[in-house]
Amino acid sequence: MSAAKNINITLKIWRQKDSKAKGQLETYKLDNVSTASSFLEMLDQLNEQLVSERKEPIAFDHDCREGICGMCSLYINGRAHGPDTGITTCQLHMRMFKDGDTIYVEPWRSRAFPVIKDLVVDRSAFDRIQQAGGFVSVNTSGRTMDANAIPIPKTDADKSFEAAACIGCGACVATCKNGSAMLFVGAKVSQYALLPQGKVEATQRVLNMVRQMDEEGFGNCTNTGACEIECPKGISLENIARMNREYLKASMK
Amino acid sequence: MAKSALLKSSIAKKYWMALTGLFLCLFLAGHLAGNLQLIFSDAKHFNDYALFMTTNPAVKILSYLTYVSILFHAIDGIMLTIQNKAARPVGYAKTDGSSSSLASRNMAVLGTIILVFIVTHMVNFWAKMHFDKNMPLVVKEMNNGMMAQKLAVGTKDSPNPMFNVDEKGSISDKILNDIKTQSQGQYDLYKKDVVTIVNKKDGEVIFIGQKDLHKITVAFFKDAKTGLLATILYVLAMGALAFHLWHGFQSAFQSLGINNKFTPAIKGFGKLFAIVVPILFAIIPIIIHFKK
Repeated sequence: MSAAKNINITLKIWRQKDSKAKGQLETYKLDNVSTASSFLEMLDQLNEQLVSERKEPIAFDHDCREGICGMCSLYINGRAHGPDTGITTCQLHMRMFKDGDTIYVEPWRSRAFPVIKDLVVDRSAFDRIQQAGGFVSVNTSGRTMDANAIPIPKTDADKSFEAAACIGCGACVATCKNGSAMLFVGAKVSQYALLPQGKVEATQRVLNMVRQMDEEGFGNCTNTGACEIECPKGISLENIARMNREYLKASMK
Repeated sequence: MAKSALLKSSIAKKYWMALTGLFLCLFLAGHLAGNLQLIFSDAKHFNDYALFMTTNPAVKILSYLTYVSILFHAIDGIMLTIQNKAARPVGYAKTDGSSSSLASRNMAVLGTIILVFIVTHMVNFWAKMHFDKNMPLVVKEMNNGMMAQKLAVGTKDSPNPMFNVDEKGSISDKILNDIKTQSQGQYDLYKKDVVTIVNKKDGEVIFIGQKDLHKITVAFFKDAKTGLLATILYVLAMGALAFHLWHGFQSAFQSLGINNKFTPAIKGFGKLFAIVVPILFAIIPIIIHFKK
C-alpha cells in the first residue's frame, strides 16, 4: 500500500437551496486533500473551508460511515457511490482520485427521490414500499416460536440472507437509466418469499409492494443490469427474476 | 386487482414485452428460412413458397399473430419508454455508462429503427405481394394437353404460341388481357392469388400463374439507381436488429422470471442468435446486388 499523499482537486457539486429551488452545479477548488481520507471526510474538509469563507456548507446525507446504514448517497463522476465496486460513498477513499482531477458530485436523480437540499434526497418512497408489504405479521408478545424450530434448506437461507443484505440506499434507482426500483423491491420480496415464514403473505406482499412502487413513480426494468453492478451489497438480478415469478403467480390467483 | 395487475403494472408490461419479443424471434427464424431460398434455391421454389405463405390458413393465423405482436411490442415499448423518461425528470451532468451495455441502454432507439425498417419493408414487398394489381406473374403450372398447345400459353418449347411467355415464364399484363379477350366464352380466367385459366367445356385447368415475388425482390436490390442504397439500408437495419436481439433475447427470459442454472446457456444462445440471424438476413441482399 502506497503512502498517503496530498492532492488538489476541483469539485463540481450540485447546489440547491430547497426542494422548490432550481439548483445548479457549482465549482469548488480544494487543496491538500489526503488520499487516506474518505470521500465524506473530503466533503467535511470542503465544508470547513466554506464555513471559514462564511459560505453555506453543502448538505449531504451520512450516518454510520461504515457502509451499513445506507444513508450516504451521491452520484460521483457518473457512478452511484463513485468509482469503486461493492462500497457505499463513506467507504470510497480519495486514493481513487488523482491530483488535478475534476470530480462531479450530484444527488440521486429520480422523480420518486425529490431533492430536499443540495445533495440530500427524500428516500421515503422506499419506506412506503416497505410498509406496503415488506414484513411478516408475527406475534411478538413474548411467546414467539423459536426461529430455528422451522427447518430451512441452507441454499434458501443463504439466498434470503443475500437479499436481506439490501440497505435501501437507492443506488439501484440512481444508476438505472429508468430510475427503476426493481432491485430494491426484488430484494425485499425475495428475502421473505424464500422463507416459510414469508410464504403466508407472499401473494399480497408482491402485489402491494409492486403497486406502491409503480405509484411512487419509479421507472420500469430494462434488465440492463447496471443496478446489480452498482449495488454496494452485491444484490443479484436473480432477485428481480424471483419477484417477476412471484408477481406472475400472485396475479394468477 | 389481479386482473388489472396483469395488464397495467410495470412488471406485467414487461411480461408482454418478453412474450411478444420471443414470438417475434420465432418469426425471424421462419422468415429467414424463407428468405434463404432467394440464394439457395431457384425462382420457382421461392415463388411457390411465397404463394404458400400468403394463402395457407395456418400461416395466415401466424401472420396475424405476428402483426399483433409487432404492434403490441412497439406500443408497449413506447409506453414503457415514456414512463421511464418521466421517472427521471432531471438528468445527470455526468454519466459513466460502464455498468451496462450500449445495446441495453438503447433498446427504444434500436426498436424505432427496426420499426421504420419493418414499415418500409412491408411497403416494398408485403404490400406489393398482397395489393399490387400490376404485380408480375409467372407460370406456376401448365397443362401439357392439347388445349394448352392450342391456347398456347407457350413456353419456348411450344411452337407457334398464341401468347408468348418469356424464357423465365413471366406473363405480362398484355398477355393476360389477350388471353381474356381471345378466350371469351371458351375459357374462364380467375385472378386472386393465382391466375387460373380453365376450359369451360371439360373443366380442364390449362394454366396457373402466380405472382413473381422473386422478380421484384431481385429487381429491388439490383436497381441501377437505388439498389445499392436499398442494400446498404437493409444491412444497417440488420445491424440495429443484431444489437436489439443481443440484449433483448436473454432479457425476455429475465422479465418472465427465468434466471436459474440455464441462464448462462440462454445468454449464450441469445448472443449467437443475435449475430447469426441478422448476418444471414443481411448477406441475401448483398449477394443479390453484387451477383451478375
